[in-house]
Amino acid sequence: MKESHLQVFLLEANELLDEIEHTLLALEEDLNNSELISRAFRALHTLKGSGAMFGFDAIASFLHKIENVFDLIRNGELNLNSQIITLTLKSGDIIKKMLENQPIDENEIANINENFASFLNTGVSGEPSSSISESNIETNSNLKKYIIKFAPTETIFMSGTNPLLLIRELTELGESKIKAESSIPVLDQLDPTLCYVKWEIELVSERSINDIKDVFIFVEDDCILEISEEVIQTGIFENTINVKEDCEIVNDELAQTISKKTTAEVPKEVITSIRVNSDKLDELVNLVGELVIVQARLTQIAVKQNNLDLLSISEEVERLTWNLRDSTLNIRMLAIGTTFNKFKRLVRDLSMNLKKEVELVTNGGETEIDKTVIEKLNDPLIHIIRNSIDHGIESPEDRIKNGKSSVGEIKISAAQSGGYVYIKISDDGAGLDKNRILKKAIEKGLASWEKEYSDSEIYHFVFLPGFSTAASITSVSGRGVGMDVVKRSIETLRGTVEIDSNPGVGTVVTCKLPLTLAIIEGLLVRVSNEYFVIPLSQVEECVEYHTQKSFNRHGRSLIEIRGKLIPYISLNQVFELIPEYNPREQVVIIKDSEYKIGIKVDQIIGEQQVVIKSMGIVFKNVETISGATILGDGSVALILDVFNLIAKVEKSEQAYTNSTITY
Amino acid sequence: MKKIMTVDDSISVRQMVAFTLKEAGYSIVEAVDGLDGLNKAKSIPINMIITDLNMPNMDGIEFIRNVRTLPQYKYIPIIMLTTESQQEKKMAGKSAGATGWIVKPFNADQLLAVVRKVLP
Repeated sequence: MKESHLQVFLLEANELLDEIEHTLLALEEDLNNSELISRAFRALHTLKGSGAMFGFDAIASFLHKIENVFDLIRNGELNLNSQIITLTLKSGDIIKKMLENQPIDENEIANINENFASFLNTGVSGEPSSSISESNIETNSNLKKYIIKFAPTETIFMSGTNPLLLIRELTELGESKIKAESSIPVLDQLDPTLCYVKWEIELVSERSINDIKDVFIFVEDDCILEISEEVIQTGIFENTINVKEDCEIVNDELAQTISKKTTAEVPKEVITSIRVNSDKLDELVNLVGELVIVQARLTQIAVKQNNLDLLSISEEVERLTWNLRDSTLNIRMLAIGTTFNKFKRLVRDLSMNLKKEVELVTNGGETEIDKTVIEKLNDPLIHIIRNSIDHGIESPEDRIKNGKSSVGEIKISAAQSGGYVYIKISDDGAGLDKNRILKKAIEKGLASWEKEYSDSEIYHFVFLPGFSTAASITSVSGRGVGMDVVKRSIETLRGTVEIDSNPGVGTVVTCKLPLTLAIIEGLLVRVSNEYFVIPLSQVEECVEYHTQKSFNRHGRSLIEIRGKLIPYISLNQVFELIPEYNPREQVVIIKDSEYKIGIKVDQIIGEQQVVIKSMGIVFKNVETISGATILGDGSVALILDVFNLIAKVEKSEQAYTNSTITY
Repeated sequence: MKKIMTVDDSISVRQMVAFTLKEAGYSIVEAVDGLDGLNKAKSIPINMIITDLNMPNMDGIEFIRNVRTLPQYKYIPIIMLTTESQQEKKMAGKSAGATGWIVKPFNADQLLAVVRKVLP
């Protein structure tokens, strides 16, 4: 089989599996929806058929029983239940593994097969072969008319083949008219071991052309086989009706199939979207980034020379560049809904595992966000949802005791506001237990008894490394990697995460994420002769240093702003730059969810869109710098990783205080 | 009653084939390899043969070739059991005189479907 064909099959198979999964999840809420059942059956059937064709015989045989079960369900001989759905979902996972050539647990397959076989036995009574012929009869797919010309080679009998059996098999696929044409010679020239007959069969069947080819699979090389679908002369509409009427299909269903048929045939000509390798897109974004930098230089030179012609060109280039940048970044935007859909399965499996009843409600799935952000968002969101189901939502008994509905609800919503996307995961569970969190934090040495903590300060402890309050380690959470990992990964996306909770009412986790990672709004500052960029999202305000009171306590610099003391870091000291006399030093106030910290700089130059360039691997251990950008005049500005910078300074301060105590 | 011979060195495969086909109303002759199969074919009239390919003493291809030289077995259906990686074996089997093949692993339904396909 050609590699490219195989690729196409793998792609199709994955899409089919996704469709099966979605359909099943939808079916779970509406077990008797015949439209959905047929859809699941069709997808299973197609997957089985093409799997066998591409040599995935194991998959095909595995799917066979499942398909039979769904066939029974479709014909009303068996009722769909959640056990079948669970088994089928599991099977889908196994098939995915099979497709990826991953090792598979044979016992699990046998187990699933057995389970499906048991459904088959309860469904039909009778001989085992009946399920095969039953699955041959489909009731509501499209009927097609085939003309099959079958001319076996003369020596076909030598291989033990009986062509009549093949014809018989063919007649079982649908209604048929058979014409035989023989060229039997006169008796004295007749060799009784040779075959002198060829056939022409007219078959009306809903089977695909591949199913018909399958009949002749053993004699492919020993015959001349021509299969043609009969040409429809007067347009799809009338012809389909004629055929359909025969099988008594109600009118509205007919209209549906017709419209499906026409839409299915059109897209080949009208291509509305194309698939592009994402590497190519990244390359494009990179180039646009370079262009933005060059454009900034052009503008600067034009301003410097004060040449009107040059200025007008540079303005034009600037406008085009920004448009180009916006539309390029827009290409990489994906609706977050596809990610949300994946969570449905997660919620379902987890809640079953933990014997809880949980419903997932999603909102704002059409919100678009950069592809690279979405990719990295998956794991943190899964983690938050897991936590909500495991720790948040109570068991059905407890919920009823507390006067809630036994079914818990997890809501994921996404909305865009400015350059940010807000993703909110809320549950209506028990909420965070403040006392337990505080106790745990003290146990772990993260908090002290003496201090009073505000609610939000207590909630913030869950984001600290090594914090996990689950009393028992469940299979779902409590393995030591906790919300701190979530916080880290959201922060690497230049986002923030906040948690809020109301005892007995529920918990809300809010992630704020930038629309894109390639270009950020930054605040350009100067320290000595160096330029730095502070991500604007983290900046709360800027104040002039000398107009405020400042103190130095316990090796820590503090500044008083509107009656509140805020610690500050001097970039001069951190990066050991030559201090200059400057009566107009500025302090940029950074806001994390819990605290404010100032960064003292020599000069604030202004807001600027900066194209982020990652630094080489040589600098990968430099934690305080997250990247660099090139300014309009060609010089380099470093982008500060503010939270790491603060953490580093805190560490060195602690070391300082400790050492002063010892000596 | 139609008599089908299953030739396989694996007892589990033979049993699976025998069990399925007996239930469907065929009578079964079992042989442990090609040589055993050939000897049995000479003494018992058989209507159809299902044979493995990888076997000691006489492999499946050789066995099919030998069986086909016996006049009474010139036109009976012979099905070989292959694994999907054995495309070239499939062709070798066909030219030796096999009627068709079943890809391992297979289930009872597939086996019966193939038997029905070749045995009148």
